[in-house]
Amino acid sequence: MGKVGTITRRTLLIGTATIGAGVAFVAWRANQPLENPFVGNLSDGDNALNPFVLIAEDGTVTIVVPRAEMGQGVMTTLAALVAEELDLDLSEIAVIHGPASETYYNSAMITSALPVEPWKESMVSDGFRQIAEVASKMLGMQLTGGSTSTRDAFDRMRIAGACARETLKATAAEVWNVDRSTLETDGGAVIDRSGPRSVRYAELAAAAALREPITDVQPRDPSEWKLLGRSQQRVDVPSKVKGSPIFGIDMSFPDMLHGTVAMGPMPGSKPRDADRNAALAIQGVRAVVPISSVYGEGYGIIADSTWTAFKARRALAPEWENEEPFGASELDAAFQAAFDEGGGDVHRNDGDIDRVFADLGDEDVLSAEYSVPALAHATMEPMNATARFKDGVLDIWCGNQSPTLVRKSCAEALEIDEADCRVHTTMLGGGFGRRAEFDFALYASLMAARTDGLPVKVTWCREEDTRHDLYRPPAKAKCRARLTDTGGLEAIDMQLASPSVMASLMNRMGFSSFGPDATMSEGAANQLYKPKNFRVSTPELDIPLPVGFWRSVGNSNNAFIMECFLDEVAHAAGRDPLELRLELLADFEPAKAVLRTVAEMANWQGGKSGENSAQGLAFCFSFNTSVAQIVEVSRGQDDRIAIDKVWCAADCGLVLDPAIVRAQLSGGIVFGLSAAMMQEITLKDGAVEQGNFDSYPMMRYHQCPEIKVALSRRQTFMGGIGEPGVPPAAPALANAVAALTGERIRTLPLNKSVLFA
Amino acid sequence: MICECKVPGPLQGKEYCVDFTINGQTVELDVDPEMPLLWALRDVLGLTGTKFGCGIAQCGVCTVIVDGMARRSCVTPIGPIEGAEITTIEGLAIDGKPHPVQQAWIDEQVPQCGYCQSGQIMSAVALLTEIPQPDEEQIAGAMTGNYCRCGTYPAIRAAILRASGQALSPVIDDAEDEPVRG
Repeated sequence: MGKVGTITRRTLLIGTATIGAGVAFVAWRANQPLENPFVGNLSDGDNALNPFVLIAEDGTVTIVVPRAEMGQGVMTTLAALVAEELDLDLSEIAVIHGPASETYYNSAMITSALPVEPWKESMVSDGFRQIAEVASKMLGMQLTGGSTSTRDAFDRMRIAGACARETLKATAAEVWNVDRSTLETDGGAVIDRSGPRSVRYAELAAAAALREPITDVQPRDPSEWKLLGRSQQRVDVPSKVKGSPIFGIDMSFPDMLHGTVAMGPMPGSKPRDADRNAALAIQGVRAVVPISSVYGEGYGIIADSTWTAFKARRALAPEWENEEPFGASELDAAFQAAFDEGGGDVHRNDGDIDRVFADLGDEDVLSAEYSVPALAHATMEPMNATARFKDGVLDIWCGNQSPTLVRKSCAEALEIDEADCRVHTTMLGGGFGRRAEFDFALYASLMAARTDGLPVKVTWCREEDTRHDLYRPPAKAKCRARLTDTGGLEAIDMQLASPSVMASLMNRMGFSSFGPDATMSEGAANQLYKPKNFRVSTPELDIPLPVGFWRSVGNSNNAFIMECFLDEVAHAAGRDPLELRLELLADFEPAKAVLRTVAEMANWQGGKSGENSAQGLAFCFSFNTSVAQIVEVSRGQDDRIAIDKVWCAADCGLVLDPAIVRAQLSGGIVFGLSAAMMQEITLKDGAVEQGNFDSYPMMRYHQCPEIKVALSRRQTFMGGIGEPGVPPAAPALANAVAALTGERIRTLPLNKSVLFA
Repeated sequence: MICECKVPGPLQGKEYCVDFTINGQTVELDVDPEMPLLWALRDVLGLTGTKFGCGIAQCGVCTVIVDGMARRSCVTPIGPIEGAEITTIEGLAIDGKPHPVQQAWIDEQVPQCGYCQSGQIMSAVALLTEIPQPDEEQIAGAMTGNYCRCGTYPAIRAAILRASGQALSPVIDDAEDEPVRG
């Protein structure tokens, strides 16, 4: 058994003291006893200096990354935070995903749930206090989401590295009987220049793990950084280029069974009939078992290969009773009802909207209605999990964004203690919010309870994945605006109707519903624009389709609505859309800077470019990051529209790894354009119509534009980067298409109205 | 490394045996001849570098090279490819070193989530074997069947141009950045 220090609390308390706005909540949490995830869980010869640093006798230094690697580079950047403090190069360390543990709770998630402008010290309004309460319940959630990983880890993991370094130095100082402050570290060793003498970390680790850790530490000054701020070779790239078995779907055990699921089309669907005999008659099929969960009801099929399970799923041909058959007309009616009822939470209310519009005739009001569809995540790796329930212990292997939630829900489902449930987080073949849910792990666990202790890998077919998502909510908006006499924006009023992601998620997690859901208005109400009169309200729909976090969440739809409508306002006023935005962004210089930068990159001329081409501009401040994009389109053969170029300027403040930041922004643009061009989830008779990539496509290689990304570094606070590239892409494209064709499209996807190359 | 009819399967020791060469080794499998090559690779042979994405040849994550051609293994039944020579991502390395295309992928730091990259690399290898210096249109023709949800297409383009020895200015660089303040 390896050695592990039991005192982790103080490390964490210090590690979170400088986070900022969330300090009150974090301090509350940090004052609770925290489990040490490595107690009883360490291999022989391994030593845990703290929950983030393991040093083995053979010299291997392992850095524990508590967030899920889903392509956003956290394994590299978060490991670099620790490696920097330990004077190690990334090539000298191993990196693992942390086990499920409340120790790795996400504190930045909480602060981002509060309506606090990040550059201001305090401003928690009473109306949002309920959100903070629910958010505090989520403390302890080891969530990878909200573009928070780096912001959350920045202080905590640097301090964890510094604590480990100083504890190693203290151990050496005792042996040598010198003062710790005279020692240095380099190349994986503590060095005494006066000796001169040195000792490897590996030789100190066992003693260091057992002594009182040094926690009175300061992380390195940025001027001393050797790794941070520079593009690193990503630690996950070699295995991804080799095809190594690193994803959940690659799990393999000698005695492993394979499975798949056939779940009801909606959470409320009840199984009516299924041809179990036909399924069981297929050679290699072991069992068909019922599945009942908060996500819905259905069947699990256990077989000797995934292909056999897929064949049995088709043969099973289940039929369902839908409590409320739901389709396009019902969805329209739900939107109509939400607007008719009016109201909804008011997320912003500057000035006096009612007074501004009271005496105006229709001709003086610019109004427009927008509509966006539900969207699926479509991760390239379909949902899957491997589970083994043996001797009362449940092991789960899967790519997931919230291991503590997986542990809690699966332990509850099998009626065991959470201590008897171990979650092993693999690499994620895409997450985008989809793997923040726990349905895939829950189904595998329920099936593992029926296999006499044998592990079972449960892989969803693509159709199951597309039809059983937690979707980006469909949304409709009614917008109206009034111009000033000089072509400025006097007033803007937006009603954003959609189902609530937070209500849907809380329902699945077993919490009761709560107050305003900020995700319903983000991308609009929280924008930095300051017209004199600005109101955003969110009529809420309750529909059978479950909704969830989809990369950039509410910003994905609201930025489209906000930025397209602003474009309409600009055109109505005869203004350059860039100038209008700069005017509305009165007092936040970093946002204006990214707009000016992107305009310069694209040689912005108000939307005009060549004879047969045009540009569109959009901006969104999301996850504390300012992003401006310009999309250039041209008309080609058969009037098809090609997306030729995208320019992007972004400011997330401190940039820890420029190459990773650029890759995230560039990837976010493709993700956003895919949705804007061609993606749509529709309902018919209470079921999702789209199944595979032939009906739910995404951008292909030949459609991908040239993408240029520029970073600016004016923001004094850190922003996220995994999501903020997404929101401006759709409106920039729609604005470009409007500039090219003269026709304003207010409904996504755009390919309902125009053809793309 | 690879077993010969030792893998427990439903047709163990009877009915069918399918022979082919995979990554230079001869293999004999006793699986249903209708089983797609993808699942024979993944579930029977344990070669999980080839991925499952859609099952209908839409996304390309299952791409392998069969007798020199890029094929979608998810729709390739194993029976008819009796006697074929198959290369998967696991068979690309040469003397333990990455294949030049894999090295270009490392140099350009292409992968994000990485799930589609085996298929991307196999499509690129098939392309560059046939056309050592492809033009943009030929690259697009070869790669457009391979989805990437993370949107790494610009980096894939750069890696293919690099692997084919064709000069390309970096897709992403710091030149456009605003100077660091201060």
